[in-house]
Amino acid sequence: MTNASENGFVVFDRVQKSYDGETLVVKDLNLSVGRGEFLTMLGPSGSGKTTCLMMLAGFETATHGDILLGGKPINNIPPHKRGIGMVFQNYALFPHMTIAENLSFPLEVRKIGKSEREEKVTRALGMVQMETFGGRRPAQLSGGQQQRVALARALVFEPELVLMDEPLGALDKQLREHMQFEITNLAHELGITTVYVTHDQTEALTMSDNVAVFDDGRIQQLAAPDKLYEEPENSFVAQFIGENNTMLGTIQSVENGVAVVQLDSGDLIDTKPINVSKPGERTRVSIRPERVEFNKDRLHADAHTLKAEVVEFIYMGDIFRTKLKVAGLDDFIIKTRNAPDQRRLQPGEMIEIGWMPEDCRALDA
Amino acid sequence: MSDASTSMSDASTAGPMLAADGTPLKRSLRKALRREKMRALMLIAPLLFFILLTFIAPIADMLFRSVENQIVSNTLPRTVIALDDWDGQEEPGEKVYQALYFDLFVAAEAKEHTKLGTRLNYEETGISSLFRTTGRRSDDIGEAYQDVFEDVDPRFKEAGFWYDMMTAGGGEPDTALMSERLGTMNRLIADLASGDIGFAPAAEISALLPKTAEAYTDFAIFTALADGDVVAEEDPWEAVYAALGVDLANAETRDAVQVYEGPGADALRAAAAAADQLPAGGFKSAFLDVDEDWASQGVWETIKTYSASYTPGYFLNSVDLELSADGISPRDEDQQIYILLFKRTIFMSLTIMFSCILLGYPIAWLLANLPVRTSNLLLILVLLPFWTSLLVRTSAWKVLLQQQGVINDILVWSGIVDDANRLVMINNQFGTIVAMTHILLPFMILPLYSVMQTIPPSYLRAAKSLGATNWTAFWRVYFPQSVPGIGAGSILVFILSIGYYITPELVGGTTGTFISNRIAYHISSSLNWGLAAALGSILLAAVLILYWAYDKIVGIDNVKLG
Ligand SMILES: Nc1ncnc2c1ncn2[C@@H]1O[C@H](COP(=O)(O)OP(=O)(O)OP(=O)(O)O)[C@@H](O)[C@H]1O
Ligand SMILES: [Mg+2]
Repeated sequence: MTNASENGFVVFDRVQKSYDGETLVVKDLNLSVGRGEFLTMLGPSGSGKTTCLMMLAGFETATHGDILLGGKPINNIPPHKRGIGMVFQNYALFPHMTIAENLSFPLEVRKIGKSEREEKVTRALGMVQMETFGGRRPAQLSGGQQQRVALARALVFEPELVLMDEPLGALDKQLREHMQFEITNLAHELGITTVYVTHDQTEALTMSDNVAVFDDGRIQQLAAPDKLYEEPENSFVAQFIGENNTMLGTIQSVENGVAVVQLDSGDLIDTKPINVSKPGERTRVSIRPERVEFNKDRLHADAHTLKAEVVEFIYMGDIFRTKLKVAGLDDFIIKTRNAPDQRRLQPGEMIEIGWMPEDCRALDA
Repeated sequence: MSDASTSMSDASTAGPMLAADGTPLKRSLRKALRREKMRALMLIAPLLFFILLTFIAPIADMLFRSVENQIVSNTLPRTVIALDDWDGQEEPGEKVYQALYFDLFVAAEAKEHTKLGTRLNYEETGISSLFRTTGRRSDDIGEAYQDVFEDVDPRFKEAGFWYDMMTAGGGEPDTALMSERLGTMNRLIADLASGDIGFAPAAEISALLPKTAEAYTDFAIFTALADGDVVAEEDPWEAVYAALGVDLANAETRDAVQVYEGPGADALRAAAAAADQLPAGGFKSAFLDVDEDWASQGVWETIKTYSASYTPGYFLNSVDLELSADGISPRDEDQQIYILLFKRTIFMSLTIMFSCILLGYPIAWLLANLPVRTSNLLLILVLLPFWTSLLVRTSAWKVLLQQQGVINDILVWSGIVDDANRLVMINNQFGTIVAMTHILLPFMILPLYSVMQTIPPSYLRAAKSLGATNWTAFWRVYFPQSVPGIGAGSILVFILSIGYYITPELVGGTTGTFISNRIAYHISSSLNWGLAAALGSILLAAVLILYWAYDKIVGIDNVKLG
């Protein structure tokens, strides 16, 4: 990661941060964001996402390490000289100014002439389809409209980097999805580098080029959404992103990239070793519900299978969600697509389940 | 359940909605609300009563007092009427002096004339002593008549003789005269007792000797109700003799006396025969004998000008004007102090207000932005003055600021100030401003603090992230949002300081006193309550106008006190 830092637009180089001098809120953060990239910081509450963003914006100083912007360290540049656009979680629109005044504020402080200012404000408002609202006050706008204005204000002075801290947290689901779409579109159209903070994983997966999963002050995994979902590198990421079935066991053998794991119930399964290697090591295996197969025809002939009893069948429209009792667990979930030929399992039914070894990942315990 | 729902839908289609018990819904709702309102009213009734009694009523009384001026017409009712015809060109005629004599005599007996003297002295200096000496000498004027009558017939010395004569031995009483005099007397003497007078003037005698009957009735009322004595046993006032003299000076009366038959008719006839022995010059010369000033046009003009029951005089005085015979004119230069005091009060209150803003704003900002533990401590320090007596705080400033005080000592010790030129920092405007700023500072800090607390720090961050320097972010983003707090604090501080009294009194000296000190002086020392009330009313009006202007300009909804 440190090596990649040379060509990144935004680079965190071994950054640490402590507020109280006793605990590190951010521990050894290394991160590189390419120009034009949309990076999302995803993580549970208190994992240090906002802190990282604040350090980047200049409102907090790193206790240790360097933050580089365009190759230059910015530790000593005050926030107003960094030229970073920022959208706050509560929008922070100035309540005593109209929307147009809010937007022209960053231009005024940059001493841009009146006519140019007006033109830019109109353009920015047009970008978020809010042309007619320039004369209103923030309190006279709905949440979604305020959100757009906040976005327009962060973009109006054409920054190269925009930071957004849970900008959609206060919106309802439908509006959130709509805004997710608009934000990504806008970011890509304008070619701006975006660092986006959220604790909503769907948001992270749908919007980003890359997602950095935070936990405990560290980046647990930095990858594109699909890789993150399909190839989690540790059990935290596996559990944090999407739904997962996890089972504890011990490695029996590792051969040809396939590790045989003996579950605590005694059953043997095939897995792909990710960050385990030696037989005898404890492991947490993880399998996505939609990758579990109970149709024998679709499995390898020599695949290990497990006996399962159907506990509950839930009809969810587009998919079926079935709860199984497997290897001592009674909340093993499988998901199947609602296709015409799909079987609907009955509670009490005994089935055999299995999967492709590469879908079942043996991770740290 | 189903019953209720059908009846509901029935009701909604046909006629007014009915409540469960069949009464129209509107009526039962109103009844329920009224019950609730009554209960709420009962809860606040003690407070309401308390406020009415201790706050609204005194203010109403003050407003009333600032224009009320019934003392002149109550004390000198006949004089006021007689003065109606006076053109003000030269001194008034005998008729006025005569009316004044009878008014003043009664007033002197009731010891009310000095109050009137004090009142009129506010307008024209010297009247107070004029009234006092004349009141003292009013007996002498009547005695001149008394001596003549008693020489003519010694029975005029007897209380019983007079009583019989005035009741005409129990003839038809003149109730109209009695009730008229009783009313006048009640207006003059506020706490006159009520009860049986034991006397009523006979209609016969009041027709024959109107002035005498009037004077004797006054005497009877006063003797019975104010002194609690028996009328028939007391010697009449000297004024009664004077009144008899006035009556008998009339030739028609003298003729009528010749045919009068009632008790004491012979004595009256003898007295009528001696009419030419009565004092010649009348009341006018008698008054001028007592004091030359009774010929002064100014005195009479003052009495006439202030004879109305309500007067703008106090208000005019409050703005250094006065009411004179030819309209409104400015007061003498040496009496013009109120405009100056009002200006000074406003100027100093504004200075105090701005000092409070300057000192309070940073503190409130710290309070709102420091970590909770530190800011709590700071808040306690801010509130500390509230827990210390006002007098102690003010006295502490005396200790600090006086010429031999701590600050001067330090300045002299450090050589900044020469020992001979110690700074004068107390008993002047500076001292008042310093002490009052200190005392009123919490009233600025608290509203500011509560407003600043509601301004999220993200606004400042947002402004900075948009490229504003610290100063621009503060000035363009933070400050405008704290304006409601400044407004609330300013209103509080300004209104409190405009009416402040104790501190300027203690540390203000002569140049640092406020209008309120003058009001206090008039309330407790000069006893010119009318003027004090007018000054107070102007102050009240000024505050209300400021409040209104503030509402117009800033909007009172924008004021946040917490
Ligand atoms: N100003 C501060 N002083 C002291 N500790 C702080 C401060 N700000 C944050 N922290 C602590 O740092 C840790 C990380 O906080 P941060 O705000 O970065 O979390 P986050 O990932 O943004 O969480 P969320 O998703 O809830 O916003 C938390 O434990 C928090 O208590
Ligand atoms: Mg956060």
